Amino acid sequence: MPATGRKAAIAGVYNTKQGRSLEGETTRRLVVEAVLGALDDAGLTLDDVDGITSEQTASLSYDLRLGPAWQGSTFGVGMITEAVAAIENGLAEVVVLVAAQAQEYRDHAATAPWTRPENELVAPWGMFTAAEFALIARRHMEVYGTTREQLSIVAATIRNNGSANPEAVYAGRGPFTPGDITASRMIADPFHLLDCATTSEGGCALVVANVDRIDAARKPVFVLGSGADFNGPSYQHPPAWDLTGRRGLDPNGLVGRHAADKAFAHARLNRDDVDVLELYDPFSFEIIRQLEAFRFCPDGEGGPFVEDGHIAVTGSHPVTTDGGTMSFSHAGTNPQMMQRAIRGVQQLRGQAGALQVPNAGVALCSNGGAGALFTTVLLLGAEPR
Amino acid sequence: MTDDGLQLTAQHAAVPHATPGPLTAPFWQACAEQTLLFQRCATCSAADFPPAEHCRQCLSFDVGWEASVGRGVVYSWTVVYRAATPVFETPYAPVIVTLDEGYQMLTNIIGANIDEVRVGLPVQVDFREVSDDLWLPYFRPVP
Repeated sequence: MPATGRKAAIAGVYNTKQGRSLEGETTRRLVVEAVLGALDDAGLTLDDVDGITSEQTASLSYDLRLGPAWQGSTFGVGMITEAVAAIENGLAEVVVLVAAQAQEYRDHAATAPWTRPENELVAPWGMFTAAEFALIARRHMEVYGTTREQLSIVAATIRNNGSANPEAVYAGRGPFTPGDITASRMIADPFHLLDCATTSEGGCALVVANVDRIDAARKPVFVLGSGADFNGPSYQHPPAWDLTGRRGLDPNGLVGRHAADKAFAHARLNRDDVDVLELYDPFSFEIIRQLEAFRFCPDGEGGPFVEDGHIAVTGSHPVTTDGGTMSFSHAGTNPQMMQRAIRGVQQLRGQAGALQVPNAGVALCSNGGAGALFTTVLLLGAEPR
Repeated sequence: MTDDGLQLTAQHAAVPHATPGPLTAPFWQACAEQTLLFQRCATCSAADFPPAEHCRQCLSFDVGWEASVGRGVVYSWTVVYRAATPVFETPYAPVIVTLDEGYQMLTNIIGANIDEVRVGLPVQVDFREVSDDLWLPYFRPVP
């Protein structure tokens, strides 16, 4: 296929049905559906697969009878980077990446189990993800004057995307105004309910393959650059904006900047080459933070930037166009991270329906956030470049 | 909306708390005696918390416990209205405190109205027994 030397590409993607709770489904049923769906989208079959990454990699290698198969070990959009590296280095030819969750969150008196840390120096203080990310947001509001209204604009924009996406858990639930966000009940100051990710169930999968195995008519999508910034384990230490490592690089509040710089340098792309930003949206503020960390706007100006309409689907920097974790789906710890890349692929293939960004050629996808001490970045292209 | 007049108080229940390991047991034992410990590196003098087996700066394993004066300022804050689990009474106020010795820790603010909680608020440690034998180092505003 391409004469660029790229040997690997994303060949197929698939989302199962997503829902608040999917009665009758199990995690494994969703996993199997997603694997077969992504392979079908890629024009490949289970017999072609010689690599897999998931949260149940070892048991799936056995239960899907994939062996001998390469297996990956990371999560989120990093799974794609890792699979591309495996294929480009000759370790595998067709790798399936899969994640799903059903039936794991039924006790709604507590927040979802994956939001609550077990660390003995964190748990007694009633910490959960909303509080962790609130400590980051509040620091930014204090230092830069970021306003409550600016957080509401982010949440309303993403929730309106989800409302217009027929596959979203909260399809048709909008439109939302910024005032609707602050009218919802307070969860962890400054976050109201509608500033926060939802919890839901569902699954998804991607297929990454050697380009020699992909029919060009399937519109393969190429990984142009990647980055991964980790400052430590999530939810075990104070989530301080100013946490730094020994190299004296950017603080935790800007986690992802180093990753984005690496990704753009490797891709030989500039920020204004990006057409769509499939940013991870665990909480409204995290969009403002990433716009600054990834250098789409100057430090401290993410709030005014979102006020000016840049992040709408019709704006210069459309973000999280499926409705993200706030509205599309937030299943378990991993599916919702992979789904940032799936939406990036849909945009680059022109498959985003009413939420399509015209002529989208380059997408930036992200995972994580400063409250979790990591951010990963993936730059996808419709052309190998 | 928020209840800005509400007074923040300590919890009075068996909040989640893992069994301390060898690294943290001295910290919790000292809390029961109303002493706040942190780690000090004997080699490079760096203050550190949460505890680690070695200094995070110079990697020396010659680290020891030192008593903090228990004073600091609020670095960042939130007020939680939707509890992580039903065992917590709301509202409560998780904060990061920067101690005078230069390290940071997670805690909750008590003895303050919600609208008093702010970045830069001077605070001091206030130990409370929240359930049998579990003493937590809360912080309250310096009078």
